[in-house]
Amino acid sequence: MDYDNAARDTINAFAPSVSWEELLWLLPHEILGATIVFAMLAIAVRRHFFVTTVITTLGLIAAALAASMQFSHLVQGAPSALVTPLFLIDAFAVFFVIVLCLGALALAILGFGYFARLDDAREEFQLLLLLATLGAVTLASSAHFVSVVIGLEMLSMALYGMIAYPIHSKVGAEHSLEAAFKYLVLSAVASATMLFGMALIYSQTGALEVVGSANSMLGYASPLALVGVMLVFVGIAFKLSLFPFHLWTPDVYEGAPLPSVALLATLGKVAVGAFFLRFLIHSHLLLNESVTLVLALLAVASILAGNVLALRQTNLKRLLAYSSIAHMGYWVVALLSGVGLGSQNMAASAAAFYLLTYAALSLGAFACLSIASSSESEAGVLSDYRGLFWRSPWLALALSVMMFGLAGIPLTAGFIAKFQVFFAAVESSQWGLLAALVLGSAIGLFYYLRVIYQMLQPAGEEGRTLRDLGLESVGSVITITLVVLFVLWAGILPEPLLVLIAALFG
Amino acid sequence: MSLLAILLILFLGGAAAWASSLLHPRLPRWIALLSVVGAMLPLVTALGDPAVSDGGWLIEYNLNWIPSLGIRFSLALDGLSALLVALTGFLGIVAISAAWNGIDERVGFFYFNLLWTLAGVVGVFTAVDLFLFFFFWEVMLIPMYFIIAIWGHENRRYAATKFFLFTQLSGMLLLISILGLVYSYSLQSGSLSFAYDDLLSVEMSAGVEWWLMLGFFVAFATKLPSVPLHSWLPDAHSQAPTAGSVLLAGVLLKTGAYGLLRFTLPLFPEASAAFAPVALTLAVVSILYCAKVALAQTDIKRLIAYTSVSHMGFVLLGIYAWNLIGMQGAVMTMLAHGLSAAALFSLAGGLQERLHTRELDKMGGLWRSAPNMAVVALFFSVAALGMPGLGNFVGEFLSLLGAFSVSIVATALAALGMILSAVYSLWVMQRVFQGEEISQSDEEGATPLSDLDARELVIYGLMMAGLVVMGMFPTVFLDYSSAAIERVVSISGSLSDGFGGR
Repeated sequence: MDYDNAARDTINAFAPSVSWEELLWLLPHEILGATIVFAMLAIAVRRHFFVTTVITTLGLIAAALAASMQFSHLVQGAPSALVTPLFLIDAFAVFFVIVLCLGALALAILGFGYFARLDDAREEFQLLLLLATLGAVTLASSAHFVSVVIGLEMLSMALYGMIAYPIHSKVGAEHSLEAAFKYLVLSAVASATMLFGMALIYSQTGALEVVGSANSMLGYASPLALVGVMLVFVGIAFKLSLFPFHLWTPDVYEGAPLPSVALLATLGKVAVGAFFLRFLIHSHLLLNESVTLVLALLAVASILAGNVLALRQTNLKRLLAYSSIAHMGYWVVALLSGVGLGSQNMAASAAAFYLLTYAALSLGAFACLSIASSSESEAGVLSDYRGLFWRSPWLALALSVMMFGLAGIPLTAGFIAKFQVFFAAVESSQWGLLAALVLGSAIGLFYYLRVIYQMLQPAGEEGRTLRDLGLESVGSVITITLVVLFVLWAGILPEPLLVLIAALFG
Repeated sequence: MSLLAILLILFLGGAAAWASSLLHPRLPRWIALLSVVGAMLPLVTALGDPAVSDGGWLIEYNLNWIPSLGIRFSLALDGLSALLVALTGFLGIVAISAAWNGIDERVGFFYFNLLWTLAGVVGVFTAVDLFLFFFFWEVMLIPMYFIIAIWGHENRRYAATKFFLFTQLSGMLLLISILGLVYSYSLQSGSLSFAYDDLLSVEMSAGVEWWLMLGFFVAFATKLPSVPLHSWLPDAHSQAPTAGSVLLAGVLLKTGAYGLLRFTLPLFPEASAAFAPVALTLAVVSILYCAKVALAQTDIKRLIAYTSVSHMGFVLLGIYAWNLIGMQGAVMTMLAHGLSAAALFSLAGGLQERLHTRELDKMGGLWRSAPNMAVVALFFSVAALGMPGLGNFVGEFLSLLGAFSVSIVATALAALGMILSAVYSLWVMQRVFQGEEISQSDEEGATPLSDLDARELVIYGLMMAGLVVMGMFPTVFLDYSSAAIERVVSISGSLSDGFGGR
């Protein structure tokens, strides 16, 4: 490295100046930021839910397109870019940016249908959604603990508002404030714990980088650094709702409006998951046995607790909450099967695939729920879906596809995802974890089948009639159709997706 | 290509049957019937192929499916699978006939499930890629779950869930074992492959082989079923609608036996040989215990279900006798039991349709009012008890003969099962068709008892003819399977410890 470059790097380190080229790498982030400003101004000029939604969706589509172009460049061999020490734009990050933007797009459309008749200001929901998406995108592309915290907080702050969104509505908002507060308090504690962990890591290694060499052997840095790592894990486990930190999940899922829950379950998990995956790959933490032991305990406890507690639920939202706990447990099994170890990227690919599939499946499930509901009355109780197959067969079919997918039945993406987790676990001889997987999957089937069984019951008197679909639900119907097609496509012909995901770690 | 045609006709026929229910409620059953008949046409041409008895794979279809995981969409047919596919097709028609008038709600969805179950079973019998095999293994479950859960009897939910959990849990073990096998292969060859032929060559340490074999065995023994994994079966069979019971007993149980023959033994010869004494013991226990339990049943479908487990014990016995005679006996028992159990279940279903009960206590003296039915029932009861001249006798006799050279004690005990089967078969005949006729008038909503109609007579006639041909000319069938069986047996010949020498 010649003198000029070295000098520039030194200057960059203290007062990061960003070149045009680097700005271009952050295009998706910038588009999202600009869309937020633009949408806010548009609301100030005139409140109109449809216009705000259009602005939001266009912004998200533009961000996704920009990210797709970056992705094709990166996959074709363009070098990945460290934009300031804060962001690492590589195929991995850009892939998740695309996924997050598309997920947010679906949520914006669902939110439109859901809140169309809310007797309160509706436009800010889309604003909060954009903010949360920006946070999620930041998190997924972060290369530094600072951007991790910024992204995570942006995501959480927006979520507090979104969970409590129908608070001033006269109907259907009994629990949303309680849910928002529960999430606020616990999330703040988790964030503080995580920050403390980062501080401990910094005190031991002197570096806040997630990628790069400074923190690449974190597992062996010092005992105190390891304590820091554990505290960071606590924060992550909270966001992913892993076992001992899962207590908020069912209550928040039950109380929050459906599009917000869908955001929690999709964007929230994908963004944090992507960061966790990157953290583990770059820090080689799994070399340390105490780290793997802690994660294994988290995984097994989550799988068992999530599945067992889901068994007796009569509220579909709570059921999905417990199922998400179990699924995150499965996901950690994929991580434990050797992420960041050895040359084979089987485990990392399996984890990325699982994350994507889980997001698609829970998005689809919540989309089906939200199309059956509106902000005035949510169809959350299982018996609301009694006989759905004979009342609205297409919706029932879509929800069944999602349930089969979550249960890991062939022909759906869920099967391919679970198959890869099994494969990764067998390859790394994780027999104890495999036993938990098998047991969890079997228990899981029981309650997913219960949902389908309810839908297959003859429609009795008590089965309530679902609302008629108005014009505002056209977008939601298209969204559900696309998600169902994706889930089936990834279940029947997964090869393109597998190749794509393998390229992330190549 | 023609194998793909069979699967596609069944899958698409199922979808078409469902869609057609929107037009007319009677349309689905015709579409279903046409699909099954149409799907069997390619098979008939295959069975006529003179190359059948040469062994080897008859028709192959091979396509890259998921190359990055080494998964291929490969189907193939040999004599053994051809026989079982033919049985599946035939019993498919029987099941459709059993459902012809019995199913009157959600007709389209019913035939959709029926055809998809059949497609899954055909897939299981023809897949030679283990991923694809597992895929079909799961595919055949879900429609069957629906058939039991929607159209079943009073306790259907419990039965359907139990059926699903048992098969799914054991299926997971199968999946892990498959993955372990593929991983061993990848260590050895450096590439991933799920192909059957590739995996046959895997060298494993004894411990690994033992555990992987156990995973396969548990999955298949649950399906077969063998004691102690059988407890889902009486519930599932008794609660399923008649067509469901026919498929379960006739076809789905055979997938377990097929799995043992095709996969467990050839893939893990040493471990299987070491395990054979345990398997033989389980077989004997299944035969005797379930025959004994059958005697205590008051529900006619539960009774037949337990006898099924007992008869499948002979299949297990024949397979683990591990010689040509025993295994051929197992194949023959599979075919013959497929027909006789299917017939008995549809007779029981016919009785339930007419009497609105499955309780033996509420039946009696039916010979007078339904003589044709009684004769048909007598025929199949006698077939099930192993009357010489009918298919079941050939199968069970060969199984016992094969087992005799391995273990005289096991053979002697298993042979007692044939006595018990005579006891319960005749006992049922006596309870249901002889004695005092129980008056039907006090039963609410009971229709006057009607005898078999022409459709039923034709179907039962065909099944009787099948059993007689199997009994009289068993070589017609055995020739088909002999090449495939010999290949399995020859693997044991290469074993170092000489399995037969015990």
